[in-house]
Amino acid sequence: MTGKTSENFNKNYLNYVKTQDPPTQHFKNCAAAFGVGGLICCIGQFIRYMLQYAGLSGDELAGATSIVLIFLGCFLTGLGVYDRIGRYAGAGSIVPITGFANSVTSPAIEFKTEGWIYGMAAKMFTVAGAIIVFGVFSGVLVGLIYLFV
Amino acid sequence: MDAEMLDILFQFLKAFVVGGGICLIAQIIINFTDLTAGKILVFFMLAGVALTAIGLYQPLVDFAGAGATVPISGFGYLLASGAMKGAEKGFFSAITGSLAAASAGVTAAVVFAFLMALIFKSRTKRN
Repeated sequence: MTGKTSENFNKNYLNYVKTQDPPTQHFKNCAAAFGVGGLICCIGQFIRYMLQYAGLSGDELAGATSIVLIFLGCFLTGLGVYDRIGRYAGAGSIVPITGFANSVTSPAIEFKTEGWIYGMAAKMFTVAGAIIVFGVFSGVLVGLIYLFV
Repeated sequence: MDAEMLDILFQFLKAFVVGGGICLIAQIIINFTDLTAGKILVFFMLAGVALTAIGLYQPLVDFAGAGATVPISGFGYLLASGAMKGAEKGFFSAITGSLAAASAGVTAAVVFAFLMALIFKSRTKRN
C-alpha cells in the first residue's frame, strides 16, 4: 500500500477479488432454474388434475391447488430439503409459489428462539409482508381503475 | 395412447416450458444484477398484476395452466383478476376483491408456517 491512496487500494483490492472469484456459470445456473422451475409447475399441474378428478372446479380448484403446493413448500422447508434445492436451482425454487411458502416458513422457524410473538409471528412476514403490501395496494388500484374507467 | 392422454401430456409440456421460462427470466435477472430473492418476488408479483390488468396474462393462463399460475406472477394474476371481477359488482367488492381471491394462499402460508415452527427446530445450514 506504499504511496497509494486508500481509494486506489480499494480499487486494486476489488480487482484482485474479481480475479479470484469463481466465474458465474450462467448456462448451468439458467438450465437448473429452467428445469426445476418447470418441474415444480408440472407438479402443480399434476395436483390440479388430481383435485379435478376428486371433484373440485373453478376458483375452488385453483385455491386448493395452491394450498397443497404451499403445504409442500412449508413442509420441505421444515425438513431442510428446500434450502438444498434452492442452492442448486436458484430462481427455479424462488419464483414458484413454493418459494413464497419457503420465505414465510424459514424465518418463522429460525426466529422461534426469539419468542413466539416478536420472534416467530413478527419475523414470519419479513419477505412475504412486502409481497402482501405491494400486492394488496396494486390490487386495490386495479379494482378502482376498472370501477371508474 | 388415446387423444385424451396425449392432450394431458401436452398440457404438462406447456406447463413445464412456460413455468420454466418464467424462472429462467428471473435467473437471468439475478445473474446480471444484484437483486435479492425478496425483490425478485415483489417485482414478478407486480408484473403479474400489471400484465393481468392490461389483459395479457389471462391468455397465458389459458394456454399454460399451472405453468402460469404456480410462479409468483400467478399470485399477482389472482389479486388483479379478483379485483377486476369485484369491480363489476361495485365499489366495496372492487376494494376487497383482490385479497379475497388471494386469501387461500395467504391463509395456507400462515397456518402451515405456524405448524412447521411448532414441529421443527432451526438447523444450521449445511453448505
